[in-house]
Amino acid sequence: MTSPGLSWLPAPPDDWRDRLEAALAEPDPARAWAGLGALARTNLDFVQTNRVDAGLRKRFPDQPPHLTTRPVRLAVLGSATQSHLFPALRVAALRRGLWLTLHETGYGQYLQELEAPGPELLAFAPDTILIALDAHHLTQGARDFADLAEADAAVDRMAERLEGLWLAAQARFGARVLQQTVLPVFPPLFGSNEHRMPGSRHRFVTRLNARLREGADAAGIDLIAVDDAAARHGIGAWHNPVLWHRAKQEIPPNAAPLYGELVARVVAARQGLTAKCLVFDLDNTLWGGVIGDDGLDGIVVGNGDAQGEAFLAVQLFGLDQAKRGILLAICSKNDPANALAPFESHPEMALKRQDIACFVANWDDKATNLREIARQLNIGLDSLVFVDDNPFERDLVRTELPMVAVPEVPEDPALVPYCLAEAGYFEGVVLTADDRDRTAQYRQNAERDAALAGSTDLESYLRGLQMVLEWSRFDSVNLARVVQLINKTNQFNLTTRRTDEAEIRAVMADPDALGLHLRLRDRFGDNGIIAVVICRLQQTDLVIDTWLMSCRVLKRRVEEATLAVLAAEAARMGARALVGTYRPTPKNGMVCDHYARLGFFAAGGTAADGTTRWRLDLPGPQPSEFPMTIVETTR
Amino acid sequence: MTQQAIHAGLTQIFRDVLADDAIELRPETTADDVEGWDSASHINILLAAEEQFGIRMSSAEIEKLTSVGALADLIAAKMQAKG
Repeated sequence: MTSPGLSWLPAPPDDWRDRLEAALAEPDPARAWAGLGALARTNLDFVQTNRVDAGLRKRFPDQPPHLTTRPVRLAVLGSATQSHLFPALRVAALRRGLWLTLHETGYGQYLQELEAPGPELLAFAPDTILIALDAHHLTQGARDFADLAEADAAVDRMAERLEGLWLAAQARFGARVLQQTVLPVFPPLFGSNEHRMPGSRHRFVTRLNARLREGADAAGIDLIAVDDAAARHGIGAWHNPVLWHRAKQEIPPNAAPLYGELVARVVAARQGLTAKCLVFDLDNTLWGGVIGDDGLDGIVVGNGDAQGEAFLAVQLFGLDQAKRGILLAICSKNDPANALAPFESHPEMALKRQDIACFVANWDDKATNLREIARQLNIGLDSLVFVDDNPFERDLVRTELPMVAVPEVPEDPALVPYCLAEAGYFEGVVLTADDRDRTAQYRQNAERDAALAGSTDLESYLRGLQMVLEWSRFDSVNLARVVQLINKTNQFNLTTRRTDEAEIRAVMADPDALGLHLRLRDRFGDNGIIAVVICRLQQTDLVIDTWLMSCRVLKRRVEEATLAVLAAEAARMGARALVGTYRPTPKNGMVCDHYARLGFFAAGGTAADGTTRWRLDLPGPQPSEFPMTIVETTR
Repeated sequence: MTQQAIHAGLTQIFRDVLADDAIELRPETTADDVEGWDSASHINILLAAEEQFGIRMSSAEIEKLTSVGALADLIAAKMQAKG
């Protein structure tokens, strides 16, 4: 049973061992990390994965200093052998630019470790706890049940026991909990109507997995759905009975790369490290044929034709992703008018012009155009996924822009949606109201840009927007969006300090802490929550720990208005000065003079890592009139 | 596939699984002779050999594999049976 592997990634280069050696010999940590990451973004099998991991651990026993992502401290509480999966967990994290360190509790010690944690687990201080219990362990006694009610009651009891573990993990460690669903490893006894068989362990697993899904949402934990993966790839890809009996490995080593992916995706999604934009080529990607040669009547798309339906299915996959907040963009070598024509006047197209947040069609090379798309949408290149049927173009983009995800899509369009889903670029953990409006928000931005182009000066343009800045202290309703924004904002972010829900709740409960979120509306629409500030009172200084803003609202004087709100709140809390910090990262150069522009004075020199401190004695400069109404909202 | 090719393939598998390019194998080499060749890496070696040579080994056969030579012979026999 060969593992399906990471089929969306290109094959590793033949000289992968030499490249690994070269990356390990690289003295500069950022370049060494990049070299290892490039290998991790190929379809490594489990042996190659283990070898990359051995190098990774040798070169980076500690978190590399240049990373802006939050290091992950993952404790795995299991009932069977787990350590053979660990290399793939670390390499899957590396693939996403995450440094992950692992702790395995003693074989089957998970109950004791959560009820009375040993010194090792306490010292490790996990921020994430993965509960991975094997099917044999969880179904003990299930073969003895004689009637269905008894069997179902046992499923309920087991689900409640697991929910108790989640609460203990959350309470004791403040950790984010991941629960692995149960692999359906047992041979069915009854067949298609297995659900009528009370003593069936297969049935027990099916029902327990359904219960875990209900419980997970109520408890605010995330699942690692290995049962769904087994349904996609076949249980044979995910469970090898020979190795179970031999070594108590429920998931065999050759499935480890996929397993690592499933876990790392959820961990990364909780840090906001999910792709934001799906970029499509046009000819032979969204429709069959070449629009410039075949014309509107000649391209193949739509119902009634096998190829046309397959291309339509690709479009519908994109449309459904747009509905949950993924931006769509077009990057095509085409005459712009030709490229637009199907979106505007082909009756069978599912995608319309208004579904596309950024449309680029010209004769420039694709790397240049992908840069332009990222610039126009104000997102990082590492947030893009580029889908192109042409292997030459894919290769060119991978070489020029290694941070852009370029899946090895199958030639047959019918298989493309499955490839994109399998690649997990858009792994989600929470769906916020802002997500569902995102395409509209970006389209409104384009309309604002057009209005700006038509007005004579910036101030009158801003006044014409009729902006309303609504600010509020953190509340539980907007918690998910605040955490999402903190963890995904890279550019306008003064300290790039990442956080989680537990930390935000601690800010809400602390009378000496101030957490603000700000929402901006204007005559074109609601931008949603666009800025977050977190401060802590230290004697008479209000110290700004976090200040970040969405780049969608740059150059609209939101920063100055935010400072006015902050100064008033500081005075209310009894502070006499605001103290801010700028910590440079590879991505936040745009705010290096943020505090200077707002009238702060440099306080102290520059630290070794480039960090600077800034101070503003209150009340500070009286702000001029703002081109917006500022209102406080409370819930 | 020749004995030499199987031996070379196995050597590369051992080097990759144990992350040690200095490993040299002889037919009489056993787990005691190679640092890191324990029960966990043994499984990885066998799985990698199954994938590389396109064969399957049974539980009973795996029990008998105590030396590199025994493993190479089993692979050769399996590949011959496969044709």
